[in-house]
Formats: sequence, structure tokens, C-alpha cells
Amino acid sequence: MPTVSVKRDLLFHALGRTYSDEEFDELCFEFGLELDEITSEKDIISREQGDTKAEGASDVILYKIDVPANRYDLLCLEGLVRGLQVFKEKMEAPRYRRVSPTSGEPQRLVITEETAAVRPHAVAAVLRNITFTQERYDSFIELQEKLHQNVCRKRTLVAIGTHDLDTISGPFTYTAKPPDDIRFTPLNQAQEYTATELMNLYKTDSHLRHYLHIIEDKPVYPVIYDSNGIVLSMPPIINGDHSKISLNTKNVFIECTATDLTKAKIVLDMMVTMFCEYCEEPFTSNGNAIKLPEETLMDESTERIAQLLTKMCLRSEVMSDGEQIEVEIPPTRSDVIHACDIMEDAAMAYGFNNIIRTTPRTYTVANQLPLNKLTELLRQDLAAAGFTEALTFALCSQEDIADKLLKNISDTRACHIANPKTAEFQVARTTLLPGLLKTLAANRKMPLPLRLFEISDVVLKDETKDVGAKNNRRLCAVYYNKSPGFEVIHGLMDRVMQLLEVKPGRDEGYHIQAAQDSSFFPGRCAEIFAHGKSIGRLGVLHPDVISRFELTMPCSALDIDIEPFL
Amino acid sequence: MADAGLVETLLRCVEKADGGLDSQDVATSLGVDHQAIVGAVKSLQALGDVISAEQRSSKHWELTGEGCEIAEQGSHEARVFSSIPDEGMPQGQLMKLAFGKVGFSKAMSNKWIRLDKGHEGGPRVFRTVENIEDSVRDKLLVVQKGQSSQLEEKEKSELKKRKLLSEVTVKSYWITKGSLFSTTITKQETELTPEMIASGSWKEKKFKPYNFEAMGVAPDCGHLHPLMKVRTQFRQIFLEMGFTEMPTNNFIESSFWNFDSLFQPQQHPARDQHDTFFLSDPAQAHEFPLDYLERVRKVHSEGGFGSQGYKYDWKIEEAQKNILRTHTTAVSARMLYKLAQKEKFTPVKYFSIDRVFRNETLDATHLAEFHQIEGVVADYGLTLGDLMGILHQFFTKLGITKLRFKPAYNPYTEPSMEVFSYHEGLKKWVEVGNSGVFRPEMLLPMGLPEGVTVIAWGLSLERPTMIKYGINNIRELVGHKVNLQMVYDSPVCRLDA
Repeated sequence: MPTVSVKRDLLFHALGRTYSDEEFDELCFEFGLELDEITSEKDIISREQGDTKAEGASDVILYKIDVPANRYDLLCLEGLVRGLQVFKEKMEAPRYRRVSPTSGEPQRLVITEETAAVRPHAVAAVLRNITFTQERYDSFIELQEKLHQNVCRKRTLVAIGTHDLDTISGPFTYTAKPPDDIRFTPLNQAQEYTATELMNLYKTDSHLRHYLHIIEDKPVYPVIYDSNGIVLSMPPIINGDHSKISLNTKNVFIECTATDLTKAKIVLDMMVTMFCEYCEEPFTSNGNAIKLPEETLMDESTERIAQLLTKMCLRSEVMSDGEQIEVEIPPTRSDVIHACDIMEDAAMAYGFNNIIRTTPRTYTVANQLPLNKLTELLRQDLAAAGFTEALTFALCSQEDIADKLLKNISDTRACHIANPKTAEFQVARTTLLPGLLKTLAANRKMPLPLRLFEISDVVLKDETKDVGAKNNRRLCAVYYNKSPGFEVIHGLMDRVMQLLEVKPGRDEGYHIQAAQDSSFFPGRCAEIFAHGKSIGRLGVLHPDVISRFELTMPCSALDIDIEPFL
Repeated sequence: MADAGLVETLLRCVEKADGGLDSQDVATSLGVDHQAIVGAVKSLQALGDVISAEQRSSKHWELTGEGCEIAEQGSHEARVFSSIPDEGMPQGQLMKLAFGKVGFSKAMSNKWIRLDKGHEGGPRVFRTVENIEDSVRDKLLVVQKGQSSQLEEKEKSELKKRKLLSEVTVKSYWITKGSLFSTTITKQETELTPEMIASGSWKEKKFKPYNFEAMGVAPDCGHLHPLMKVRTQFRQIFLEMGFTEMPTNNFIESSFWNFDSLFQPQQHPARDQHDTFFLSDPAQAHEFPLDYLERVRKVHSEGGFGSQGYKYDWKIEEAQKNILRTHTTAVSARMLYKLAQKEKFTPVKYFSIDRVFRNETLDATHLAEFHQIEGVVADYGLTLGDLMGILHQFFTKLGITKLRFKPAYNPYTEPSMEVFSYHEGLKKWVEVGNSGVFRPEMLLPMGLPEGVTVIAWGLSLERPTMIKYGINNIRELVGHKVNLQMVYDSPVCRLDA
């Protein structure tokens, strides 16, 4: 969820009244926002870098507001204020218009075929006769950054460039060239560089280096020129210095280059609709209105619903048949893609908490999943048998399920994770044993003996499943004491079989027979058979396994599959 | 038990004494070790109010080892004096005696002897007086008789300085008669025995009182894990409400079921490497219901079912990628798809509680895996009011009755609501779960009939458990670093209590 930070007093000034923190918090709640934090620049710096650095920093109070991830129109002060003012019926929802320049033709951006190889889409607009102040300018820059981080997916999908139109002349060309053929003075630099040089220069730039990978290995880089060959920008990395905007800029040329055209249009719409209020003719630029018919899903009159929607910046009118509502979706509301999105806004404007709570008459009979039912029953009885339940992680390191158990990883049927941040998340466990042994190691100070169990899932590769893997419900128990206690773990196994109504015996019952398993002490391991099928093992663990898990005492273990008993 | 004879002797002493007596004195007068008397006092105390004994401490003076020697043989200076014959003694010879050095200088300062340095044959010591009085020995003898009070404090401290006396603290009991005082005692029994029951002898016996202040012996038993106890309760609640459990025993899921089927676009941040664990082996899922997959592709890239869609190039390669499921809603999607394939739609209520995985940065409240609790209801004509009504019933069973709802965003529900409850302790509203109505773009491609609404909600199992059991660090609750003592000590789980 993106967070927008706005100056409180500026916000209240724009809203035309002040609120107590509690009142504003309440307003946010109703509108689906969250007042996350009340702070100041000074607070932030002193928290992150210490009090000394914070000296002299601004102590203007900032509101940090969490905004829903699909509401790009609320990512700046302008949009927040507009949304809230319309919601509180203090202003009418603006209707955005595209206007032509008073003199001459509209500007054009020509896209050449070469861009298809790297970044095929571009859209552009002009904000005319805008008046910036320091605050507006800061907000303008801040919104670009917010959009870049969110909907633009760190500039991979869309990158925004803004330019002082009076320093350049159209028509503009969006093309792509080999990096050595692109040469210009980038923003805030004093000399010209080729694109290749720039990529080197920015390798150490704390901000820009994160975007280099987007085009780095492409044969051609995107670039925008004006009619005189001046470079506007090399998206998605950097703008040219020549056309940079300032507080005095009157006409802003905004270009969005993209790999996703839909997102490019959304982003351009946001930039334009948010800041056109500072133009001589507010709310003008290029806009497009979508009309969606809407059915009533609420027990409210169509007039009332139309009214509610209008509060949410969705201008609505009851159609001539009196049954349907015509809703005009402004370019700011790219999140509206279905009638249900409109209904949600009606519900929000009505107030979720004003809706009467009802009980559905859906009649159903409950069923437990047989596997979970068996698990629940066995857990109770294992605890009654004196064993304590552990709860260990389903992810672990390769070492845990292989080396430490004296096994080879290729023999484990383990599923491997492609992008673990640390070794703890390399594989899904194939056995519960390492988790229990690690639990013992973390509790070595507890009085002996320690008796632990866990009934949970392990994950094994299985070609017969659609995803190529399946879970397997296992029961694992360990006994840790000064003596190995094979008879204790053996007794527990007998008890489990008794609980599962399997009698001792060779054919229809259960029995154990000596087995070889590298994790166990030679001659101290047996395989367990029930109804003629192998279901698991028990035995005294190998001393090397014990020491690899940082344990010092003998330990016996039981590990069985409980799925055959369903 | 102390020697029964001594106990009775002590009782007779107490009987004779007026107003009580000191255990030290008893020991002295009976000529037994004080500790034996203390033992007798303790065993009498255990019988109830036969005697009352008040502990006190007193100081008294005792001779040191050297002091005892002097009391017996005289002070060093006196022994020096008596070893010198009339004709005197060479100093060297005197100094060789064990008491020579100390005794010589003391006798000199007492002017009992003199030293003739110029004597022929070396320095020689002579007596200067006829008789002496060995006052040091006399004083020590007084102390030895237990009459140290006859000496002045100054004298005692001087002897202490010479390490001949030491002051010792003695703990003793002041013993008086108790309300049940008697000189004959009956032995109290500690426990009822089968023999006593058989013979009926318990009727005549007195039983030693129990100490009800002490803790009992902990039973030798196993324990269930607190998180699993809470899970059991949540399962119980869903079952009480008529919800059927979903098969969530598939940690590995394809991106298709985890994201695409839920109308979560392929560029959504949740599908990032930073948020989701992808599998390298098995890297891809290889089996999908193809006609459904095509409808999903279409609704994402072109729209349909009343939706404009996301209008992007939907790729099957993204959908095939295997991941560790990020939510159990992937299973809900499979279940709803299965439901849609039935000939006739029947309403369902489903639930699940199982593990989900996020490739997140870990901290005190976040782990890479946690348990998600999820409830789903599918029926014709369900409303937002129904969702809130069910949530109200569900949370009431958890002991939470004050609820309110905040509009929120979630890619696969519309409307989406965060559920807040009023926390009486914190005096504020806290988020307790998420809920919403599944989007038509998710349900209609599955083949569910138009008009069927599916409402759902979810919350984590860990958070309510941490609150319930007062645990601040999630690692103390989940995983191998758990504190087993906490598991042993955790109470039963009643969520509404």
C-alpha cells in the first residue's frame, strides 16, 4: 500500500478547515484511507540518522497517509484534497476537458518502428499556462516518483518525462538508437555524454542505478528528440538538461514511454488531471470519458445511488427509463473497470458501517477434511502419551534435510526454491525430523528427557500432480535423554498403531524389521510395515546426525506417513 | 525425627521451667550438643502447638585455640618468667623456646625480667621480681567458665586483639509451653496406609498436617502447541457455523491458481521475486483446464463478463511458474472452479486454516511462513450486509463484538473491506482481518452462474494467538526456537473467554 506524505497545514488549508488528528483519522477511515503516522521531517531524520543531523530540519507537521494500491489519483495532495472535498460535497466533481492550443496546431509525438525492440509505446500531453509555486512544484516531482514506484513498477512498465515546452519545439520524435549514437547533456550535468558513458556514470548513482537494467542489455536505447535534434530524454533513465522544468515553467510537455500502453495512458492521465488545476483554465488537457450502464444492487432509490456516486467523483445521472444510471468515469479513475467497482464506490459513499448486517440463509452441512480430522485426533493422544507438540518451519536449508541427516540431496525428492533470501529457505522440508532436532537443540537447557512430536506436511516431488509436487502428512517423534530410549519410541509406535486399530502381525497387522538408513546408528534402525506396506522408520539416530544438529545426548526417532490410515 | 528420648527430656525441662527457657541453656545443662536440642524443637513444632519456640540470637565470648592453651599453661610471659632460673639464662636459649619471643617482650614490658647485654658469654636474662601474677591467664579462665560478664569490655577487647578471645553469635530458641502442651507425645502419621484402612487404626492416629502453601508435583504429561490449540478452536468455530474444510495440503501451487485465476494481473507487485518464493524444481506446472485457462487469459487481456480487463499481453509462461502459495485463496479458487463444473449449482460454505509463504524480510511479527484462516460462502444473491453479518457472528465466537469496516483494495475482491475491532486494552480500533466479495472477473470465467455471489474473509492465525498468549516475538511461538517451557505452561484456549 503506497504512503503519501503531505504537510498537514497545507492539506487543511486546501480542505478549507482544520481537523483534530482524531477527526481526520475518522474521515480517512470512511474514505478507505489510513492515517498511518503523524510526524515531521525533523522527526524522520532524527529517527534515521540521529538528533544532530536533524538540527535545522523542518518541523512542519506531516501526515503520512496510506492509499489503496489502485487509487493512483490519491497519490498527491491535489488528488487527495479533490477526492475528499467531493466526498464531503464541498465541491463538484471536476469534469476534465482536452483543449487545443489557442494558436497553432496541437503538439505531436511521432513514434518510430525502432522502439519496438526496446520500449514500444509512448503517449504525451501538454499542460498550458501552469503556475508553479515551490509547494506545487515539489508535489509535481513527488507524484512522478510515486507513480514510478507504484503503477510504473519502478519504471519498467512506464517512465515519465516532464519538460519545459518553451525550450523545445515540436513535433517530437520517439525513436531508439544504438547507445553510442545517443549523445546529450543529462539532467544536472555540465557536459555531454554518450548513452554508453551515461550507463557507466550512473552505475554508482544511488537512485538511478536501479533502473539501468531495464535497457542495459538492449541493442538500442529509447530516446526522444525535438525537431531541432535536442534530446528531451533517454527513457526510462534520465531527461536531458536542456528542457528541464523550473518554478518559472509555464507550459509543461509530459511524455510517458512504456512497455504497457494501458498503464502509460493511466499514468499520463494522472499527471495531467492532478496538475491541470494550476492551469489558467483548470481541469483542461486531454481527457476521455467512459460511460458504463449500471444496475441497482442496493435497496436504495436510483436517484440516491446516483447522488452517492457523484460524491465519489463519478458523475451519475438516472437514465430516462428510471431504472438505470449513467455513470461518467473520469480519467482519474483508472481503477474502475467493471460495474462492481462503481457499486463499491456507492457503498463507500453510503458508508460501509451504515449497511444493515444480515444473516444469509445459505443451508450447508459442515464436513471436516478426513486427513485433518485424523491429525487432530492423533495429536490429542500423542500429547496424552507424554509427548509435547512442536511446530516447525516447512522451509529449511538443503543441509538440514541432506548433509546433516547423512543423506544425499539428490535422493530426497526435495522441491527447490529459486529465490531464497537466505539458506533457511532453500527447500521445502522432506521430513519433519530436522525441525524437531533443531527444537531440541534450542531447548537443551530443559530437564531431560525431552519428548517431542509433530504431525504436519512435508513436500515431495510427484510427477503425477499438476504442479509436479505434493504434500505428505507425516507423524514424527523424538526421544532425547541420557540413554537412547529405543523402547520408548518403539512403545509410542505401538501406541499409535493401537490408536489406528492396527494389530501386531505380519500380514494385515503391523510389524517392524531391521533396515539400513544412513541417518540411524547401524543396527539400531527398523522399517515399519502396516498392511504389508512400508510406512516409515524408527530407531536410534546416528551419532554424527546428533552432533551435526548440535546435540550431545543419544536420541531415538519415529517417522511415519499417516495418509495410508485414512 | 529427633531422638524420642531427648524430645521427652526437653518437654520435661519446659514443664519445670517457669516462663520458658533457652535452648542453649538446655544443651548446657543436659550436656548435649545444641544442634540435637534444635532438632528436638523442630520435631515438636511439627506436631502442632505443643510448644512455641521463638528464634533469637545471642553473642558470647569464647577462647580461641591460643587462648585455651594459655588458660591451661599460663601466658607466654608467665612461662618465660618461670623458665628462667635464679642464675639467669642466655637470651639466645630463651628465644629458642616456643613462647620465647612473645613472652620475652611482654615480660620485659611488665618489668618481670631484665636483660644484661654486657654479660660475659653473651646477653643473659635475669628475673627482677620474686613472684608474678598471671592476670591474662586468670581472665581467660573467667571467660572459660562462662563468666565473661565479670570482665570489663576494655579487657575483653584487648584479649580479642591478642587473638585469645573471639565473640561468637549463637542462634537459639526461646521455648515456652504451647496451647497443646503435654509431656507425653503421640507419634503423628504422615500418610494414610492400606494397613490403617484394613485395621481401622486410622481412627486412633493423629496425622501430620499438610503444608498447603507448597506447589504440587507437576504431572508427567505431554502438551499441545499453543498455536495448534488456537487452530483447533478456529476449526471448531467454522464447524459450528456449518463450514466445510477445504483440502489445503498443497503448499506448492502454480501462479495460475494462486494469481491468474483470482484476476491478479501478471505485473502485480505480489508476483515479484521480492514477495513470492518461486520454485526452481519443479519449476513449472504442466496441467491446466485449458478452456478455463483461455477464459482467464481473455478476461485479463481483453476483458469480458462486463469488464474492461487489464488490457495487457497475458502470458501462459507466467501462469505456469510454480510458487509456494502466498495465500490459501488459491485453494478456494480451485474449489470454486470445481463447484462450477457441477451440473447444478449448490450453495457452499468453505473454510481452511493452513500455511502460506511470503518471501518477506523477517522481524518480530513477520515470518516467511504463517497460517492463514479463510472462510468462503457462495450462494445466489449474497450481499455486503450478509458478509458483515457472517463476520459479526464469526467474531462474536472469538469474543469480539464491536466491529467496523473500512474500504480497502484487493485485486480479487470488490468491494473489499478491512475488518477492525475495538481493542478495550489499547483503547483503539485494530485491524483483525480482511474481507470482500469476489470479483465477477474471477467467478464468471470459472463457469459459476451469473447471480451467484461469493463472499470471503481471511485473517492470520498467529496474530490472535500472540495476543491471546501475550507473546511479543513470533519466533518464540513458531519454529524451532520455541521456548518449550512456554508450551508446557500455556493454558487451554477459550477464544471467547
